[in-house]
This record gives sequence, structure tokens and C-alpha cells, in this order.
Amino acid sequence: MTSAEAPTAARGGPPRRRRAQRVPAALLVPALAGLLFLVLPLAGLVVRAPWASLPQRLTEPGALTALRLSVQTATVATLVCLLLGVPLAWLLARARFPGRRLVRALVTVPLVLPPVVGGVALLLVFGRRGLLGGWLDATFGFTLPFTTTGVVVAEAFVAMPFLVIAVEGALRGADTRYEEAAATLGAGRWTTFTHVTLPLVAPGVAAGAVLCWARALGEFGATITFAGNYPGVTQTMPLAVYQTIEGGDLDGAVVLSLVLLTVSVAILAGLRDKWITSA
Amino acid sequence: MSPVPVVDAHLVVDRGAFRLDLPLRIDAGEVVALLGPNGAGKTTALRALAGLQPLSAGHLALAGQPVDRPDRDLWTPPERRPIGVVFQDHLLFPHLSALDNVAFGPRRHGADRRTARRRAADWLDRVGLGDRARSRPRQLSGGQAQRVALARALAVDPVLLLLDEPLAALDARTRLDTRAELLRHLGDHPGATLLVTHDPLDALVLADRLVIVEDGRVVQDGDAADITARPRTDYVARLVGLNLYRGTADGRRVRVGDGLTLTVADPLHGDAFVAFPPSAVALHPSRPDGSPRNAWAAVIAGLQRHGDNLRVQLDGPITVAADVTPSAAAHLDLVPGRSVWAAVKAAETRAYPA
Amino acid sequence: MGPRMVRATLAGLTALTLAGCGGGTGSSPGGSTSGSGVTGTVTVFAAASLTESFTRIGEDFEAANPGVTVRFNFAGSSALANQINQGAPADVFASAAPKNMQAVTDAGNGDGSPATFARNQLVIAVPRGNPKRIAALADLTRPGLKVALCAEQVPCGAAAARVLSAARVPLRPVTLEQDVKGALSKVKLGEVDAALVYRTDTRAAADDVDGVEFPESAGAVNDYPVVVLKNAPNRAGARAFVAYVRSDRGTAVLTGAGFQAP
Repeated sequence: MTSAEAPTAARGGPPRRRRAQRVPAALLVPALAGLLFLVLPLAGLVVRAPWASLPQRLTEPGALTALRLSVQTATVATLVCLLLGVPLAWLLARARFPGRRLVRALVTVPLVLPPVVGGVALLLVFGRRGLLGGWLDATFGFTLPFTTTGVVVAEAFVAMPFLVIAVEGALRGADTRYEEAAATLGAGRWTTFTHVTLPLVAPGVAAGAVLCWARALGEFGATITFAGNYPGVTQTMPLAVYQTIEGGDLDGAVVLSLVLLTVSVAILAGLRDKWITSA
Repeated sequence: MSPVPVVDAHLVVDRGAFRLDLPLRIDAGEVVALLGPNGAGKTTALRALAGLQPLSAGHLALAGQPVDRPDRDLWTPPERRPIGVVFQDHLLFPHLSALDNVAFGPRRHGADRRTARRRAADWLDRVGLGDRARSRPRQLSGGQAQRVALARALAVDPVLLLLDEPLAALDARTRLDTRAELLRHLGDHPGATLLVTHDPLDALVLADRLVIVEDGRVVQDGDAADITARPRTDYVARLVGLNLYRGTADGRRVRVGDGLTLTVADPLHGDAFVAFPPSAVALHPSRPDGSPRNAWAAVIAGLQRHGDNLRVQLDGPITVAADVTPSAAAHLDLVPGRSVWAAVKAAETRAYPA
Repeated sequence: MGPRMVRATLAGLTALTLAGCGGGTGSSPGGSTSGSGVTGTVTVFAAASLTESFTRIGEDFEAANPGVTVRFNFAGSSALANQINQGAPADVFASAAPKNMQAVTDAGNGDGSPATFARNQLVIAVPRGNPKRIAALADLTRPGLKVALCAEQVPCGAAAARVLSAARVPLRPVTLEQDVKGALSKVKLGEVDAALVYRTDTRAAADDVDGVEFPESAGAVNDYPVVVLKNAPNRAGARAFVAYVRSDRGTAVLTGAGFQAP
């Protein structure tokens, strides 16, 4: 039997148990060094943590409030990015229009922009005297800075490129002949997008959403510049950590950082397992 | 009044160095095979019919409705054409079950979910895969996947069914079964069918009519008997296993090349083709004598097994393939480079106007 | 020039004595004569609010002491205190609040006891022209008014909290900024109507903001202490620089920027 007849379960299926392959030292050594480089600072936090006073510090209401706000805003920001970023990625990957290269470069601007500058830029647009914000304030009496919505805006601004780049890559890698097949079966472009394209690039979208969420969760500079810092309203975990350090309470900052890390790693690991088993 | 053909087209697609220029007419119930070597433009023609490739010029009407008229700026997208397509590597949606793949088309054509699924189940039964409805494409074998793809294309009741090398990705054994299955369904299909293939066997078994394309143009058009009996290009001659020469006829004598004149059974005049099978070529160690025979000196260029026999490639005034039995080969001591005499009886040749 | 020079020399000597350093050459590093024995680079960790005035003082000090280079690291006082306590190679620490200074001296990183070289007082920063007509601290509680404060962990926030609670003004700010510049930039950008910041900050941003003085600020005057660090690579240079800061010349630059003399 040739490969055409054999079921193609090998692709995407659970990895088969194989004899361990020898990893070349030229790859293994830098790989381990890289891992160490990434993990050591985390170990530093763990070692430095004031374990004795940990339970008491964890139950402080301020910490939990900031944590809840962080998870909520990062999640909403990710949803906003999905809603706007996936169509944008589609446009970049599939549509042909003049200046597409420029648009793609512009999409990555928030990546290279220092987040604080991003926050100032957001103020200049959405602030009370900003290009759009002034109009919003005058028309609806609604301003974004110093609100939880403002936090979401700042996080979405900084995190969206991660989603767009991941989804665009997935779209470029996807086989467009499936979309042609859908068209021959009577599906218009929108139906093809929702019923065929999106499911095909779902792993890429998921990976992008994870990156986006993680970036939003750790967002600091744009948030504090654009949305300010007030407990329960705009003070996310990174802001609380920074403020605690500023107050000279290094132990407290370490505890907050560990909480943020633990929660995010737990959520990401949980999601990953779910995706892998369902894929 | 003849009925309106399902396909009434003159497909012209310009792509720089390549140009497809293909008049095509297919009636309801008719299966036409578009046969040609790789790069001849077969798939381009299919994509133009499906709406995946707009025409540069010419026209295309499906069931009397114009769907592509570049001169009038008229173009109907694939999703609004009455077509069904089976692609070479099935292209079943990997995230959907076999059932939902087949139900996809009916759903898009307005059927509600339950109706679409019932229709899909029905079609899966008809291709003998009712028990695999829940399977994902990657759990199906190649042959099964291609049958699901056929069910998916037929489930939208297409006026025109387009098959793009439907058997090419399958191994020999599966190919045989799937070809038989396909033949059955094509017989039942009330609409027109265009089969794109480079395999003459697929074309001969499945099609009512063959359109041979080379380099974007039709080189021959006819039923299987006609094509196999009277090839008009080297490509077709090779496909049907004949030696083919073009020459000038004067009665029973046809001049076919470098000073060689063949005597043929059918008298004709002017430009002509002469064809004969390799089995009609006899080899001799020296010039044969007697009866009116065509005989010429040749040099053995190569040898290969061909079924139970040996196929001998000969150079000389014309290049010829000859089939000899192994014992004859041993007797003649056939090795490349050896000089022999080739002979063909006039009665075994076929001559027809070019 | 004469009397002034003498005063400066005296001030320099006083500073040296205060810094607990009997050694040295007895010359006047803060004076106009070039100090003998003071060479090399002096690394100064200074609070962000000192950026303009210390840069100026540094240039003057270099001019007065050829062969000396002053290198500054301006940041939030607590960040600087952290860096010093983690072993950063600094010669001088100038803090915007005694609390951060204490963090350094408690860790045993100060050489002698710190000396206050300037004081700063809170004002209400408003956009230029004071469009909301804010005249007193109590005006900040007006409904619909957006006010930025510094977080209580940083000196300007601690001072604001002291002032507000002493005056019993129940202010609900929209944001607690991490440093005074953050609060000030929110006023500059028009995102808030007012902020409690130091007088020096409004002076430095006089193009965009006005400072509204209010009497209650006297209850929370902020002392700026300076100290030579124990592990100073250039101890002589450090002492000379501290003396210069505390000299009449240094004080003149500081008061010009809106600080009060100690």
C-alpha cells in the first residue's frame, strides 16, 4: 500500500513513542543555556520570596483586587484583539491592495514603540483633549483615561500585533484550495471564512490569542500612562508590583510577581492541554 | 432544434507564455474526458469552468446561462455556478466529519441542517460509506476520501460535474475499485461531466468522448474507438500504443521520411498518417524476401520488457517500436547497436488523411 | 564677589565637617578655586525632581574643579535606594525624601549622617491659565473635577496624603501616579484638571502649567537629604560635590528652581 491509501492519522495525531533520538550537542548546549536564561530570574523570585509571611500577604485584599482586574482586562483585551485582529490578519494575508507592505509594517509599530510612548500616543488620540477623545467627551461626556475600559484599550493596543502576526502567518500557511473547494460548493466569501478558513487556522489563532493575552497581562507602560493607576479601577498587577517596589517593599513585590506568574502559567498550561487534546 | 448543451464554451486563458484556447461543448448526460500531457492546460480549463480562473477572452455558458463573458464584463463567481468539483487530493475539510463534508454543499444551497444531513447520509450510503459518516477525513483511506469527495460534489445536484484527476493520487488497486465506483455514478448523473486526466485508461473507461489537449489546444476530439484507431499526434499514438508517421500518400504508397516509402492497405492521396502496432513489426537478421512487404534496415537503440514480450526500440529512417517474443529475441541475439531488418505487412497498417 | 566666596568656602567646610570627614586637604572644594586632590568621576544618584538643578550644579562643579567629571543617574528615589542597596557603584545619593534615605542608611550604606540641602513644598498644578479657577485645596473636591496624585509610596504622594488628611479634604483622585512627573504630564496633556506636585515641578513646566500655592502645604514640607556613600569609589570627589551642593552657589541654583533653602 502506498501512502495515499494508508490513513493519514500520523499528521496531528498524538506523537508516537519512538526511540529517543540523539540531540546534537551544538543544539542541546545553547538550548539548555537559553532555557536557563529564561528560568533563572523566575528561580530568583522563588528563592527571594518571603515564604513565612506568604499566606498573610496573599490574603491582603489589594493583591487579589489587582489580580482579578488584570485577568479580566487581559481577557477582554484579547477578545477585542480577536474581533479586530483576525479580520486585519485576513486582509494582510489574502487581500491585494496598494501599500500592503506599509500596512503590515504599521501593524508592528506597537511592538517597537516603547509602551510608555504608546500610552502617550493613545492619550493624544483618545485622551480628553485627544483627536477622538475630545469628540467623545464633548458628545457623550465619556472619557477613556482613568477607566477600566482605558486599561483594556491600552492592553489591546500593545498586544494586538502579537495576534495579527500569528494569525497572518497561519493564514499564509493555510492551503487556499480548501477555500476554492468551499466556493465550488456554494459558499460565499464570508461563509467560507467562518466555516472553512477560521477552523483551518484555529491553532494559529489560538497561539496568537495566548501570546496576546500574556502580553496584555504583563502590560505596564501604556497602561499607567494612558489609564493611570487607581486600585480596583485601573491598577493591574504589574502596576501594583511597581508601586510596591517604589514603596520600598521588595518582599511584597516578589509575592505579587509570583502570584501573577503562577496564575498566568496555570491558565496557559490548562488551555494548552485542552487545545492539544481537541486538535 | 437540438437541446441546449450544458457546456457551451470557448475557453481562452492567457498567462504570459501559456495560452489556453479550447472550444468545448458538452451535452447533458455526456461524459467528456479532457486528456493531455502535464502542462497542457487541462486543469486551467477545469478551473475556468468552475469559476476559479476567469477567462481572458472567449465565452462560457452553463445550461444556456452565460457565466463568463470577458467582452461584456460578465462573470459569475464559483459559488453561484451550478457545478460540483472533485479535486485531485479530495480536499475534504479536515475539521468536518465525512457527513458534514457532504452536507456542506446542501447547507450552502439553502437546505436546513437536518435536511442537509439526511441528504448527506443518503449520498454516503450511495458511495458505500454510510458507516463512515462520523469519521474525520484523516481517518479515511485515500479511496474512501475520494468517494466522500464525489458524494460531496454530487450532493448539490450539479448541472456540470468537474473531476480533476480524481484517481491520480490513488494506488493501483484502489484506483481500480474507485474507477468502477466512479463509472457507476457517472452513468447515473443526469448532468454533464468533464473529467480531466492524463491517464488514457481513465479516459477510455469513463468517458463517452475524448478531447485531447496539447499545449493549450485541442489536437484531437472523438470517441474512444476513433481515437485509438486513428491517433493524430505522437502523444496520442504513445497513449494508445501505436507507431505513428506522417507523410505524403500517392495511392497505396506513403512517403514517411528519409527516403522510406511504406505500402499501405488503404489507398489515399495527399497528407496522410500511417499507424501500426509494435506487434506488427517483424525483425530479421538479414533482408527478408518474398511477398510485398515494407522492409528497412534499422539499428537497435534499446530493449525493455513489455508484458510477456520484449519491446525493441529501433533507429533508422523512422524510429519504430517493435514487440518480439523472448524466444525470437534469443534467436536474433538482440543487443543495442546491432543492425537488423524491420518489416511490416501492408495489411497491418492503417492510413488516413492528415 | 569677595564675601560671597568666603561664605561659600565656609559652607564647604561645614559640609565636610557634617559629613563626618575630618580628612582632606582643607581646601574649599565648593569654592571658586580648584580643589586639590579632587579628580576623576563622581557618580551621583539623584531624585528625578533634581534633574534640572543638579545638572546645572554639576556643570558648575566641573567648571570649578577641572579634571572632575560628574555622572548623574536620575530616577525615583526608592528605585535609586534599591539600586544602591543592591550594590550599585555610586558616590553620592540625593533623595527626595528622608524615608528613602533612611532605607540606605539603615542598610549601612551611608558614610556619616545625611544632611538636608533643600526643601520642597506642594502646590496645585493646573493647566496654564487655570481654566477651572482653582484657588484652594478644598476646590479639588468639586464634582466632576479630575485630580491626579502621586502614589503614597513615593514622596510627593506621602506629602499629599499628609496635607489632605490634615486639612480634612476628602479627595478621590482618578489616578495615583508612580512619580511626580507622571502626575504633572497628566496635567500638561489636559487629562486631569489638577494635580498635587512640587513647586519645583511647576516651575520647570511653566510653559504648560501654573502652580497654585496653598497654605496647608506648609504642613508637609519635604526635606531633600544628601549623603556620601560608604562604598563610594571616589570618596574625595563625593565629599567635594556634596559640599558644593550645600554651598551658596548650589543653594542659589536650587532656590532658583523653586526649592527652599534648608
